[in-house]
Amino acid sequence: MIRAFRSVLRHGFELIERPFDRLFGPALNPLAQLGALGFFFFWIVTISGIYLFIFFDTGIERAYESVQYISQDQWFHAGVMRSLHRYAADLMVVMVATHLLRQFAYDQYRGVRWFSWFTGLPMIWLLYGSGITGYWLVWDKLAQYVAITTSELLDRLPIFGEPIARNFISTGTLTSRFFTLMVFMHIAVPLFLLFVMWVHILRISRPKINPPRMLAAISLLALIAVSLWKPALSQGHVDLAKAPVEIGLDWFYLPLYPLADTWGKGGVWAFLGAFSLMIGFMPWLPPLRRARAAEVDLAHCNGCARCAEDCPYEAIRMVARTDGLPFPSQAQVNASLCTSCGICVGACPSSTPFRRSEELRTGIDLPDYNLKTLRERTIEAAKMLDGSNRALVFACEHGGARSLDGVVRLPCVAMAPPSLFDFVLSRDLADGVVIAGCAESACFNRLGIAWTQQRIAGTRDPYLRTRVPRERIAMILGSALEARRVAAEIATFAEKLATFPRKILRSPQSTPSISSREEPVPSQVGIAP
Amino acid sequence: MNYLRMAGQFVVIATLFAAVAAFSDWPAYRQIPRGSAIVMLTFVHGADRKAECRRLTPQEIAKLPPNMRRVEDCPRGRRPIYVELDLNKKTLFSKSLPPTGLAGDGPSRVYQRFVVPAGKYDIAVRMRDTPRTDGFDYSGEQAVTLVPDQMFVIDFRAERGAFVFR
Repeated sequence: MIRAFRSVLRHGFELIERPFDRLFGPALNPLAQLGALGFFFFWIVTISGIYLFIFFDTGIERAYESVQYISQDQWFHAGVMRSLHRYAADLMVVMVATHLLRQFAYDQYRGVRWFSWFTGLPMIWLLYGSGITGYWLVWDKLAQYVAITTSELLDRLPIFGEPIARNFISTGTLTSRFFTLMVFMHIAVPLFLLFVMWVHILRISRPKINPPRMLAAISLLALIAVSLWKPALSQGHVDLAKAPVEIGLDWFYLPLYPLADTWGKGGVWAFLGAFSLMIGFMPWLPPLRRARAAEVDLAHCNGCARCAEDCPYEAIRMVARTDGLPFPSQAQVNASLCTSCGICVGACPSSTPFRRSEELRTGIDLPDYNLKTLRERTIEAAKMLDGSNRALVFACEHGGARSLDGVVRLPCVAMAPPSLFDFVLSRDLADGVVIAGCAESACFNRLGIAWTQQRIAGTRDPYLRTRVPRERIAMILGSALEARRVAAEIATFAEKLATFPRKILRSPQSTPSISSREEPVPSQVGIAP
Repeated sequence: MNYLRMAGQFVVIATLFAAVAAFSDWPAYRQIPRGSAIVMLTFVHGADRKAECRRLTPQEIAKLPPNMRRVEDCPRGRRPIYVELDLNKKTLFSKSLPPTGLAGDGPSRVYQRFVVPAGKYDIAVRMRDTPRTDGFDYSGEQAVTLVPDQMFVIDFRAERGAFVFR
């Protein structure tokens, strides 16, 4: 059932993301920047909140008046800031919810990713705590409703001796100290949220906490435009003698509050408890069958640290040499963080299929899918090709080419070392190579596509040799939903191969390994330049 | 990047943000039906303790550790209170309210609201907080005219020994 739901959700995301990819490009696609945008909106909320605090009065009567002053008399700066504060906070909820659903849809919450998923749960609670305490401060009818309902919910818990909600049933029961307390809460809870946000990304290598500048600029401009179009306003002064019966609710922060009237307070707590338990246990339900973690072969490891540099999960670290070889360090894999994506295999300079040793070994390898197996599968797949347009496809197992016949499937295209493409072409195993990754804005292993592009372009070790004709390499990116397009682009590339002159490569033995930093990245839309 | 594409990106993002802004206070939520009012019965009151304090015998005192010796033994637990609320002579609420606290030594509490159509009502409330089994220790009555959306609160003030209507 979970799998079916995830599949439906993933299809939904892929349907939405591709048009976004076309309009924004993979680098600016907001759906690939949800976490970074969440951070961005947090900073907007923080800065606008500090600005608003200058004008806010914590007195019981003055609170509402000071907010009115902000929204009406000083609308052109403080009023806009109030709207930015509110809408950016709402957008944080949208980002968090979409981010959570997307991680679930792409199955990026289990295994070693449990930590980020699990720490996201307290973030949700703290985010709602931050928003709800903020609504109290305005002290309008919505604040009255929020104050009463929140208190009633808290009173349902067997913690407080006297019902807190009794404070809001008549005038004279509240003092200005209450607002001082609420201001403190509204500052302390977001600060704690920021701390948990930091914990949330602790285990992620190169976390995206800032969106691309262009996306940030467009988002900020759009937010200002919306704030001017629909300023956030108060809903009338609190009147404790009257029930706040008709209120414009913030449906992002308060969707459960009306349910308290329908389900009862206990029902809401039961729902929240069940939701939290479900989210908390999801990484372990159902059990994830994981391939074994990468293993280091010290006899072939010179401690170059490229694997540690490229690992998207910080599963590899360099430690002091233990085998007496004359290198200062060696790679060490933390199995609990390794996803067996194989990116480290592709990064290792020892990973060359040209090696003539009886047993092809490399410095770091996957026990369940080692380099030797990859070379064998490559040769087997090449034997199936014929004609003058033989395109050998290395397909990401999460991408659009994963189901095609005759492809060499990989946990990530970055598992294939650049020398493997050289091997295919120089040994005349094929006339061209297709690297079929997942959608660029939704790379399953986060950095696999980027690293592959940089290795081929000669900007990241290990480089693809200069002698390899780039026009015979195509990078075709597409999600599992785009299998038809991916297949069509592979066919087009294969047809184009037939028009190229016969390739002549120098013998690998006679050619020293020369790196180049000047080669262009192969075409990302299917056909090499 | 051409300006047309940037404009398209801005329009898409601004539209999404506008939708978020719209749902930040729309559609409005109505808590109770139009023409209704709320009668709220809420107070906190501790009943007597379950048993009177008992003077310990010299033997019992001697058995206690020296630093815990006391003259009287006073059970902590309180009795529940019993409350009834009538509207136009029809009982709307009748409940025995247990004391709060793990040891059952805290005050009993009630926080109950009733949504009723606006109009005239004779409200009567009664409470029993002693061991008696019939009759009530406190009672209050009031005729009120509830206007739509009004919150009418029935409280109890132990220091006055009376119910408060407001």
